[in-house]
Amino acid sequence: MATQHSRSAARLMMAPAVILLLGWMLVPLTMTLFFSFKKYLPLRGGDLGWVGFDNYVRFVTSSAFWPSVVTTLIIVGGVLAITVVLGVLLAILLNQPMWGQGMVRILVIAPFFVMPTVSALVWKNMFMDPNYGLLAHLWKFFGATPVEWLSQASLPSIVMIVSWQWLPFATLILLTAIQSLDSEQLEAAEMDGAPALKRFGYITLPHLSRAITVVILIQTIFLLSIFAEIFVTTGGAFGTKTLSYLIFQRVLESQNVGLGSAGGVYAIILANIVAIFLMRIVGKNLDA
Amino acid sequence: MGRIQLENVTKSFGNVEVIPPLNLTIEDGEFAVFVGPSGCGKSTLLRLIAGLEDVTSGTISIDGTEATQVPPAKRGLAMVFQSYALYPHMSVRKNIAFPMKMAGIDEAEQNKRIEAAAKALNLTDYLDRKPGQLSGGQRQRVAIGRAIVREPAAFLFDEPLSNLDAALRVGMRLEISELHERLETTMIYVTHDQVEAMTMADKIVVLRAGVIEQVGSPLELYNSPCNTFVAGFIGSPKMNLIEGPEAAKYNAQTIGVRPEHLEVSAESGDWSGRVSVSEHLGSDTFLHVHDTGLADSITVRTDGNVSFKHGDRVFMTPRADVIHRFDAQGLRIE
Ligand SMILES: Nc1ncnc2c1ncn2[C@@H]1O[C@H](COP(=O)(O)OP(=O)(O)OP(=O)(O)O)[C@@H](O)[C@H]1O
Ligand SMILES: [Mg+2]
Repeated sequence: MATQHSRSAARLMMAPAVILLLGWMLVPLTMTLFFSFKKYLPLRGGDLGWVGFDNYVRFVTSSAFWPSVVTTLIIVGGVLAITVVLGVLLAILLNQPMWGQGMVRILVIAPFFVMPTVSALVWKNMFMDPNYGLLAHLWKFFGATPVEWLSQASLPSIVMIVSWQWLPFATLILLTAIQSLDSEQLEAAEMDGAPALKRFGYITLPHLSRAITVVILIQTIFLLSIFAEIFVTTGGAFGTKTLSYLIFQRVLESQNVGLGSAGGVYAIILANIVAIFLMRIVGKNLDA
Repeated sequence: MGRIQLENVTKSFGNVEVIPPLNLTIEDGEFAVFVGPSGCGKSTLLRLIAGLEDVTSGTISIDGTEATQVPPAKRGLAMVFQSYALYPHMSVRKNIAFPMKMAGIDEAEQNKRIEAAAKALNLTDYLDRKPGQLSGGQRQRVAIGRAIVREPAAFLFDEPLSNLDAALRVGMRLEISELHERLETTMIYVTHDQVEAMTMADKIVVLRAGVIEQVGSPLELYNSPCNTFVAGFIGSPKMNLIEGPEAAKYNAQTIGVRPEHLEVSAESGDWSGRVSVSEHLGSDTFLHVHDTGLADSITVRTDGNVSFKHGDRVFMTPRADVIHRFDAQGLRIE
């Protein structure tokens, strides 16, 4: 792309994609902003005119707002912690030469191909059901009373389900990163007197830092908006109402589009705050 | 101290025997060079000594104590890898400090040794850089620095200069030789560059397919190679090996004449042929002579000012006192 000509040609070629993406993003964004300043109740009178910042004030002052933000952050944080830690361990395990390696790798990746709705349903009915779930049977086998997972330990259960879904993604990225580690570096560290744990801490982990950053950033984007898992399991009850779920309730259950749109704008703000924090903490790993 | 002794050491990968039983002793303070063609097991042998590979059978002892089962860190050896294997996320200072940190040496002593090593290796200005910001030669020196500060019983080098350009290679070769003079520590050095082998070694170990063909000082190997393989391998350009009736005149299956031991003349001599290529190096000229009836091509090394061209007829006379004779098994006849 060195010459003037090829540069302008490149611009022309890229224009359709850029315009499409821009429209894709800008139209919903403007519509959200537009509705957030309106009192708009589709089933109860429709468009009832401009109301200024009313919706914004009502959304934050509702008793459900702050708990939903906290829940969102707990789910995101919990899933990130579990997937990164287990992902690193699994990646190391899968990197060892072993019998049936290809098969094991495919099995580990498999959960990622299961749709969120399906996996949540499978967990809810097959594992976590207090009467006929597998976990209930296990508990009964040891003579304990089965836990009613989705009501008694609702938040940890959802974190577990979502972690199960995202662990393959983290493992896959971290596995490719581990495979690119020069084995001579590990051997050099071994000669330098570093035992296995220190080799991990001083060589492997720093090598993985960039991949871990990528995993954290990508997962955060998707986890901030998880919905299906909550919808099919608890339906937002038992303290599992995330910000996106709250917005869903405002728009569809209360049929208040204006209020929901204001919530949407808050969700954008929350996502940006989280993004800024993340970039501060882990973003420097992406440089160089 | 660093006397390394290998007794009946073998190594197999699966059922491929890479190193058949092998015995070798490297004396304390010696500079030993392993040479041999690619894939002959030089790196494997070095890694066995380092402990990075387990021997299949046999024993390795360091300073008289058996070390066969001792893990690499405890053998007191330092290794410089072909890829340098520097830790990319650590500064040069931290790279050099790493083995000392692992050994639990206190901070003040660490800094003292780092300063000393940096000074000796001209790295003082680069201590706070990352390896990625250094040139190849500087990286090489950092790798050596990291090895020195541990004060090992012996240094192991696996083709440390093969990633450097020719000029730098000559410089680093000298630096490593000087380092050896100064530290008087045992060094084992793997290379397939035979100029490195000849110039640096106290003792050269020539390997072929895991078997030691000959061990000796560079001049011993140059003056009396024990078989045709060593004869052809040591020396540059390669020795001319001639079979047939000409060799029979000397009561041998094969005779070997080094290119520098042939007198050339335009008028007369024992052998004659036609120049196919003449390579002028300034100091020397290498003539590749064809149509001699002796071998495909005879190489002659002569002084820089001869003016033979492609197609010229030349006469060559070998110096009788330095003709090497080999029998039907390829072994040297004294
Ligand atoms: N991990 C391994 N598994 C199986 N075979 C191996 C392994 N490592 C080395 N070999 C074989 O052992 C032989 C010796 O290898 P080695 O690396 O020691 O050669 P080398 O003399 O260092 O060669 P080069 O000069 O090319 O570095 C080769 O034939 C190689 O294919
Ligand atoms: Mg090698």
